[in-house]
Amino acid sequence: MLEIKNIHANIEGKSILKGINLEINPGEVHAIMGPNGSGKSTLASVITGKEEYEISDGDILFENESLDEVSPEERAHKGIFMSFQYPIEIPGVTTTNFLKTAINETKKARGEKEMSAKDMLKMLREKSQLLDIDSKFLSRSINDGFSGGEKKRNEIFQMAMLEPKLAILDETDSGLDIDALKIVANGVNKLKNKNNAILVITHYQRLLDYIVPDYVHVLFDGKIVKSGDKNLALELEKKGYDWIKEESKNK
Amino acid sequence: MVHLKEKLLSSFLAFENEKDVDAYVHGIRTKAIKNFEQEGFPTKRLENWKYTSLKKTLQHDYKLFPSKSQTLEFKDIESFLINDIESYKIIFVDGKYCSHLSETTHDGMDICILSSALTQSKYDLVIENYFNKISKKDGITSLNTAFSSEGSYIHIPKNIQVDKPIQIIYFSTGKDESVFYQPRNLIVVDENSQVEIIEKYHSLNENNVLVNTVTEIYADKKSIVKHYKIQNDNNTSSLIDNTFVSQEHSSSYNLHTFSFGGELVRNNLNIFQNDERIESSIKGITIIDENQHVDHNTLIHHRKPNCNSYQDYKGIFGGKSVGVFNGRVLVEKEAQKTNAFQANNNVLVSDKAVINTKPQLEIFADDVKCSHGCTVGQLDKNALFYLRSRGIPEKEATALMMYGFANKVLTSVGIPEIKARINRIIAEKLGVHIGFDI
Repeated sequence: MLEIKNIHANIEGKSILKGINLEINPGEVHAIMGPNGSGKSTLASVITGKEEYEISDGDILFENESLDEVSPEERAHKGIFMSFQYPIEIPGVTTTNFLKTAINETKKARGEKEMSAKDMLKMLREKSQLLDIDSKFLSRSINDGFSGGEKKRNEIFQMAMLEPKLAILDETDSGLDIDALKIVANGVNKLKNKNNAILVITHYQRLLDYIVPDYVHVLFDGKIVKSGDKNLALELEKKGYDWIKEESKNK
Repeated sequence: MVHLKEKLLSSFLAFENEKDVDAYVHGIRTKAIKNFEQEGFPTKRLENWKYTSLKKTLQHDYKLFPSKSQTLEFKDIESFLINDIESYKIIFVDGKYCSHLSETTHDGMDICILSSALTQSKYDLVIENYFNKISKKDGITSLNTAFSSEGSYIHIPKNIQVDKPIQIIYFSTGKDESVFYQPRNLIVVDENSQVEIIEKYHSLNENNVLVNTVTEIYADKKSIVKHYKIQNDNNTSSLIDNTFVSQEHSSSYNLHTFSFGGELVRNNLNIFQNDERIESSIKGITIIDENQHVDHNTLIHHRKPNCNSYQDYKGIFGGKSVGVFNGRVLVEKEAQKTNAFQANNNVLVSDKAVINTKPQLEIFADDVKCSHGCTVGQLDKNALFYLRSRGIPEKEATALMMYGFANKVLTSVGIPEIKARINRIIAEKLGVHIGFDI
């Protein structure tokens, strides 16, 4: 589904990603871990098409098509979604109107029929229950005055509404207490199926107790320095990142 | 080419000769033309006109009295009406009242035209008490006063809640010529009465039109006046809107000004609070581009204690457009416990657009709560990316953010059809179709 080939990216001349290779197939859950500043969030931004980042080398393929020059909205239409580490507040636009616009623009781009108001309402109701979201939230402005946990839940709720093929969860666990974490993880797990894939980006192992990865990759200094299964995450939790840093220096 | 000022001065006699020189207003008009002769048109040398020049606007060879009025049919004007609501309508074409398109009343209240009120003796008392009492004596207002003969006249006696909104619409056809016309509106709302007024100006073709309008509004005790100005004219029309509001005890005046169109729009808005417990709320949304110029010049004059005022003006400026906001709040020494809020937020979507914003708070009382804030910024790039990453294309995402930005002003619009109309205009203005109303 997603093939990242030797991607190099920089922002304002500062090199951040230095040759990343990663392949994600339908039905898989991948986790990217790494210390602060290793390039985790940059990788997420590069996959979703944030324009501040310049790709100096390499390519990203999604369903065998290059994402080079593909706008963020077109990537969304293809089925790429990111749950933001810091969801943005947009006063004056309700979550309902935002999602209606997002869904119908996506359908339009795919040449599908717009969703009827009735179906939309039904879907909003179902998916908000999944994330234990009060219906009052839907008529409030996007993330406006939401707590950290509410924002993260709202991200996964959007994921549920948009039904992406590839969902990138960027530090979704940060700022969540254990109850909120369970709700969010439970939501993600219910949305998981054999046709979609999830890329979890996290600093801590905690979230991976609930969203269990098939593969764990360790990112350090813009490169994937180690890959393994879920046991690698446990090892990192126990030993910290220092040994990875040492190991990669010695290479 | 004769300068417009000279042309106006020399035509005054002819204009006045046609009218009844014994009438009460004759003296007022004569005094006003002298005033105008002295003051002339405002120039950028005046502090209040620093950012708005009328020079270009005044250069056109305007016809002062359109030779013949065009006949318009309902179908010609239908799209300009808010026609999905029941309403009274006072409609003028090229400055002349158009009875077959209007819907007026004298049943328990007067919703009609100023020319009748100025000439029929039964209105004498109201005219003598209210006409030209609060309007300024500056050049531009005096000019209107000197030629004041037609416009809307609304008098709501006490304890009446007017059953439907009143639409006042001025059309200019200007078929073969540039026109300059000066409507005059007098609105008197007596004790404990309520009225909603929608005011619009439309040019129906591409000739240059300049409108210099004066509206006086008197809101007596406990009255509620809701006023909507929809300024969405074409780009060869200019409007100078002078509105004066006088408020009495416990009255409420509530204005929304939507400025989307016209080459040049200048709003001179003056609100005088004459007693206690008064509420004045003025809000605006300005969305312009190309070479458009919109200037909001507001004054809220707090004269007595325990009153509130609320100002919220939002602007989105593209192209080479220029916006001006000059909001003056004057709190007199006696006006203790005043609560005055002012906000002016602007977004520049083009690097050639300009906004001049100037809050002007003059506070002489010591126990007041006054706040003001103005911001100028660009659309938040991170927010734009957030929306786009959800599949909303850049143009629609930009529009959505602008909707959101303007939304706060729209939430207080009491007539849903107006809200819907404004939504449509904004969407058109931004060139998008968004499948919902805000």
